[in-house]
Amino acid sequence: MKGLKIVTVGAVLAFAASGAANAATLDDVKRKGFVQCGVSQGLPGFSNPDEKGNWAGIDVDVCRGMAAAIFGDAKKVKYTPLSAKERFTALQSGEVDVLPRNTTWTLVRDTALGLDFTTINFYDGQGFMVRKALGVKAATELDGASVCVQIGTTTELNLSDFFRANNISFKPVVFEKADEVVAAYDAGRCDVYTTDRSGLAAQRTKMKNPDEHLVLPEVISKEPLGPVVRHGDNNWGDIVRWTLYAMLEAEELGVDSKNVDKMKDSKNPNIRRLLGVEGEMGKNLGLPNDWAFNIVKQVGNYGESYERNVGPNTPIALARGVNKLWKDGGLMYPMPVR
Amino acid sequence: MAAEADIGQAPGKPPIWNDPRYRALFFQVVVLGGIIFFFVYITNNTLANLERQGIASGFGFLSRTAGFDISMHLIDWDEEMTYGRAFTVSVINTLLVSFLGIVFATLLGFVMGVARLSRNWLIAKLSAVYIETFRNIPLLLQIFFWYFGVLRNLPESVRESVNVFDLAFLNRRGLFVPSPQAEPAFWVVIVLFFGGIVASIFLARWAKQRQEATGQYFPVLSTSAGLILGVPILAFIVLGFPINWDVPELGRFNFSGGAELIPEFVALLLALSVYTASFIAEIVRAGILSVSHGQTEAAFALGLRPNWTLRLIIIPQALRVIIPPLTSQYLNLTKNSSLAAAIAYPDLILVFAGTVLMQTGQAVEVIAMAMAVYLTISLLISALMNWYNKKIALVER
Repeated sequence: MKGLKIVTVGAVLAFAASGAANAATLDDVKRKGFVQCGVSQGLPGFSNPDEKGNWAGIDVDVCRGMAAAIFGDAKKVKYTPLSAKERFTALQSGEVDVLPRNTTWTLVRDTALGLDFTTINFYDGQGFMVRKALGVKAATELDGASVCVQIGTTTELNLSDFFRANNISFKPVVFEKADEVVAAYDAGRCDVYTTDRSGLAAQRTKMKNPDEHLVLPEVISKEPLGPVVRHGDNNWGDIVRWTLYAMLEAEELGVDSKNVDKMKDSKNPNIRRLLGVEGEMGKNLGLPNDWAFNIVKQVGNYGESYERNVGPNTPIALARGVNKLWKDGGLMYPMPVR
Repeated sequence: MAAEADIGQAPGKPPIWNDPRYRALFFQVVVLGGIIFFFVYITNNTLANLERQGIASGFGFLSRTAGFDISMHLIDWDEEMTYGRAFTVSVINTLLVSFLGIVFATLLGFVMGVARLSRNWLIAKLSAVYIETFRNIPLLLQIFFWYFGVLRNLPESVRESVNVFDLAFLNRRGLFVPSPQAEPAFWVVIVLFFGGIVASIFLARWAKQRQEATGQYFPVLSTSAGLILGVPILAFIVLGFPINWDVPELGRFNFSGGAELIPEFVALLLALSVYTASFIAEIVRAGILSVSHGQTEAAFALGLRPNWTLRLIIIPQALRVIIPPLTSQYLNLTKNSSLAAAIAYPDLILVFAGTVLMQTGQAVEVIAMAMAVYLTISLLISALMNWYNKKIALVER
C-alpha cells in the first residue's frame, strides 16, 4: 500500500529518463481520456464515495469541473484514494494528475516537495473535539490530555505548537489513517480529537453517538485547503486554478446550473465572456471555448457545490462563514475572466 | 606461425578464452561491473530527477527542529529537538519492542512446543488449538484485536481505573505503575549483580575443567543463580531498601508521575509475541521430534537420569535443528514490528518514515535510512544466531 507507493516514486525517480516528467499533463490527460484525481480515503463532504461507489464532495467537484472543462463530460474522472502520508508521493510520481485532497497550503509543501498549490477551494482552521461529559469549555484547559491525531498533517505540528505556546502538556496518539484516529477517539483512547474544523464536523457524522461530542470554540491555525499540482507544468496549474475561478465567477455573476442555458443570451459582457459566447478565453487555456459553460452546466457554481456537499442542509452542516464570496464579506475572490 | 599454432593447440593448454578459470573470472568481472554501473546510474539519475523536479535532497534536514511530540520515548525528547533525535527515539522504540517480543515469543514458544508433545491429553490439545489459531490469522488483524478488542473492555474513565492497592492503575490510556528512583546506596546492589555474572562465568569454567579432570560434578546452575540474584537481593535488604517509589497520581485527565505503559506498546508486544510464539512452538516440536527415541534409550542404558538425558542428550541435538528456523522467526518478528504504524505505536515507520517524511518531504533519504536500520538489525540478529549455531553445531572429530 503505502510502501508500494513510496517504492513507485523511488523507481520513477531512479529510472525516469530526464524530461519525461515535465511533459504537458494536459496532453497526457487528453490522450488517456480522463483526469486521475487524488482524493481522501473518505471524508464526508470533501471526498467520499456514496453507497453506489460514486465519489462526491467539494474536492471531488474540482476534478469533475476539470473533466467538464477539458472533455465536456464531468464523468471522465478516475479517483485514487490516498492517505495523508501517501498523497504527495502519489502526485510527485505521476500516479495522479491533480490532488484536491483537503491539503493545507504551506511554504515547505509549496517549495521543497516539487509541487505547486494552485488556489484555495476551502478556508479552514484547526479545532478540538471533546466529550461533553468532560466538562471542558476551552482548549487551554486541556493540560495533560491525550490527543488523537492523524500522521503527516499540518495538524500534528499545530497541535504541538499550540500546547507549547500555552505552556501546557499533552500526550499525542498518532495514527496513519483518518478512520483509525476516529475509531481510537470513539473507543475512548483519547480525551481530544483534533483536525480541521470541517473534518471534525464531517467525522462526527461517523461516530457511534454524535451528540456526545462538542467542538471547542478555539480555532488554533489557518488551514487554507486547495488543489495541488506538480511543479513545472504551468499550463496544467492554470487549468486547475481557472476551473475554480470559473465556478466562483459564475456564482458572483448569478449563473448556476439551472439558468446557464438561458444566460448564454445575456447582455452582460462578463457572462458572455465566461460562457464562451464572446472572446477566446478557453483557447488561451488550451481548452474548448465552452469550458466554463460545461463546468457550470454539469457541476454547478461554487455556491451550489458548497450547499450540496457541506452546507447547512447536509449532515455536515457547515455555515458558509469565511468561504462566502468577497462581496458577501467572505474570502472567496475569483480573478476576472477577461 | 606454424610453431605458435602448435603451441596454442597443445593438449592441456587451451587458448585463454577457452580456459574455464579465466572465463569464470571474466564473467564475474562483467557481472560486477554491470552491478556497479547499475547502482551508479540509478543514484545519479535519482539525484538528477530530484534536482529537476525541485524536490529537496541531502541529509541536512536531520539537524533541523522537529516540532512534533512523540508519545513514548526512552531517551529525553521534546518538540524543540531535531529530526535526527526523532530518528534515534524511534529506532530505540523499534529495538525495544523487537527485543522484548523476541524474549517473550521464545519463552512462550518453547513452553507451547513442549506442551504439544505432552502425554497429558488436555495440555497437548490446548497447545495445538493455540498454535493453529494464532498461526493462521493475519498479524495485522491480531494487532487490531489486541488494540481495539481488548482496549474497549477496559474502564473508559480514569476515575474508574482498575486500582491495585492505590499503586498501579489500568484504564484505556494505559497501565500506570510506580517507577523506582534509585538512592545513592543502590549502586552496591548493581555492582554485586554484575560481579555475580562475572563470578558465574569463572565458576562454570572451573567446574568444567574439574569435571573433565576428575569426573566430579558441581551444581553450576543453582550456585550461579544464588550469586547473580541471591547476593544482590540480600544486600538490598541489608542496606534497608535503598529505593524510592514514584507513585502515579490522578490529575484532571490522567495520571501523572510513575511509569506509564501505553496501550499501543502493550497491544503490539502481545500481538508480536503470541503470533511468533505459535511458529516457534512448531519449530521446537520439530526439533525435539528430530532426536530419535534410540538416543534416549541409549542414555538411560548408560545410567543417566531423565533430566540429565534431556539436558545433555536431547536438547543439544534438538537445538541444531531449532536454531536456523528460529533465526528466521526472530527476523520476521523484527520486521513485523513495522506494523506498529497501524495502532499508533511510535516506531521507526510511524515516526521517521511517517511524520518526518511528511514534514520534510524527503522520501528517498528517509526510506533509505529506514531500510538501512532494518537491514542492520536483521544482519546483527543473523550474525549472532549464526555464531551461536556454529557453537552448538556437531563437532566432528
